[in-house]
Amino acid sequence: MTTASVAVSAVALSARIQSVRLQGHAILHDISLDVPVGRWVAMVGPNGAGKSTLLRTLAGLQPCQGEVQLLSRPLAQWAAKAKAQRLAWLGQAESGADDLRAIDVVMLGRLPHQAWLAPPSVQDEAAVQAAMRQTQCWDWRDRPMGQLSGGERQRVLLARVLAVQAPIVLMDEPLAHLDPPHQADWLDIVRELRDAGVTVVSVLHELNMALQADELIVMRHGRVVHHGDTHAAAAHQALRQVFDDRIDLHAVGGHWVALPRSAQRPVF
Amino acid sequence: MRWWAWAGGLVVLSLLLCGVGLSVGSTGWSPPWQAQGDPLAWQIAWDIRAPRCVGAWLAGALLALSGGIAQGLFRNPLADPYLLGSSSGAALGVALFLVLVGVSPVATGILVRMGLTGAAFVGAVLAVLLTLVLSKGVQHTLRLLLAGVVVGVVLGALTALTMLLEPDIMRAMQAFMLGTTGFLGWDSVMILWPMLLVSLLVAWGCSRALDALSLGDAAAISLGVRLGLVRVLLVGALALSTGTAVAQAGLISFVGLVAPHLVRSRVQSTQGPRLVLSALAGGILLLAADILARWVWAPLELPVGLLTAVLGGGYLLWRMHRMGVTS
Repeated sequence: MTTASVAVSAVALSARIQSVRLQGHAILHDISLDVPVGRWVAMVGPNGAGKSTLLRTLAGLQPCQGEVQLLSRPLAQWAAKAKAQRLAWLGQAESGADDLRAIDVVMLGRLPHQAWLAPPSVQDEAAVQAAMRQTQCWDWRDRPMGQLSGGERQRVLLARVLAVQAPIVLMDEPLAHLDPPHQADWLDIVRELRDAGVTVVSVLHELNMALQADELIVMRHGRVVHHGDTHAAAAHQALRQVFDDRIDLHAVGGHWVALPRSAQRPVF
Repeated sequence: MRWWAWAGGLVVLSLLLCGVGLSVGSTGWSPPWQAQGDPLAWQIAWDIRAPRCVGAWLAGALLALSGGIAQGLFRNPLADPYLLGSSSGAALGVALFLVLVGVSPVATGILVRMGLTGAAFVGAVLAVLLTLVLSKGVQHTLRLLLAGVVVGVVLGALTALTMLLEPDIMRAMQAFMLGTTGFLGWDSVMILWPMLLVSLLVAWGCSRALDALSLGDAAAISLGVRLGLVRVLLVGALALSTGTAVAQAGLISFVGLVAPHLVRSRVQSTQGPRLVLSALAGGILLLAADILARWVWAPLELPVGLLTAVLGGGYLLWRMHRMGVTS
């Protein structure tokens, strides 16, 4: 036996789901999924494929028939606070908190680490500042959320997730409202996290961003069609299949890019 | 400005208003410290005006705190303390009590007064419980709001029916429905202040959870907030403090809605300080309205609820106008 075959990588999240029902309708069916530690995994698929529902289920925010394990322990067995320290969650276009200052919102990310009603510690302050500098929102930390643009707001929410400093980060559409420079920043942040051993799972609508991830989870009709290395031919095949062969994948400058395949002839 | 500076200012303002309230009576301006040798003037100030001032402040503070809690809990700036049906429950309780006991002049003693208070409180709390039963618990906010509306409408209809069948109770009911600070005595104060203290402690204890909740249920749960427990505590505080205030002062309108609004538009802070400031502002609002109600038409007295409705409605209208201008 070689050493390579023994080196089974640790699993951050593992799901064995028979079904997830929302208001009587089955949204997810027969999902078996293991997300290894220290990888960036992107979930992609057409509208209504069940990506967000699967992510919510992995985060324990959605009851399911079956079991989800966080770091090899069923979600239900985790105490609320201990779980919150290990798994950070960014929802899709989180609204509200208009009356709170940006820094107050980011400080909420420290809630899992704080004793009840305890004032913020030095570590809390440091984590908040580091997170806000990373997403470039430190300069206007005192502005209320209600006065921020969509992109600025999203950067504050992103900092809130980073401030948790959890080993596992789940993000639903984290790029919403971000302009290209801040999308690039987000890529750098995620790669930094990944290199530091953090597991990142993100639902991404933007295929070109998803193609930068380590692994792809390709979904359609509430099932995982494919899960594997982003650059493998099988992943690309699955992508083309779930999008009805309406996309083309091209290698450009060392990256894979997806372009919609239209009936029009190329411009040049 | 830091929030405790605001809090200090509001406390000073409350004390000043209490001084004014002690000096205003049916005969106009008559401060007790100017009539030093007159034991009657002192007695009036101490036995009638003082508990009325303190009681009005406490009832206003309770309503505003409940309003603040409701607005945070339901993530809706238009939520008010009567949202879960407590007002209609209290009204029905009072109507039924009046029918059962009767409104004969003999019966309007202190016993009836106490019975009315009890009936209003029991009605308010039962109505909230009914809302909770209909919404199958506190977990689903929208269902909770809808159940509150249903309970409010149905109990309101029952109250109207009761009044139709027994027109004699109409006058007594009117005083209650408009809200009145005229019956507040030291016994009311002794009921109001412990309730305010408990509600403030619960609100402060849940304030960080409320902050997290402002980002939505999922974000709050993911931050380790035990949402079920927090909701039970806050709905409990909301129901009991509203019930207590309504039982003592009737259906005072708008204070619970306007006070948290005022605080939010002036002070930038998290939920904890905001709720404390809302309570202080609510106390000041109702105390000021009470003084005005005694003063503007002396020796006649306006129902204080009428004043809060006019002032509160005017304020909201002005806010609405400004929002239209700025956006």
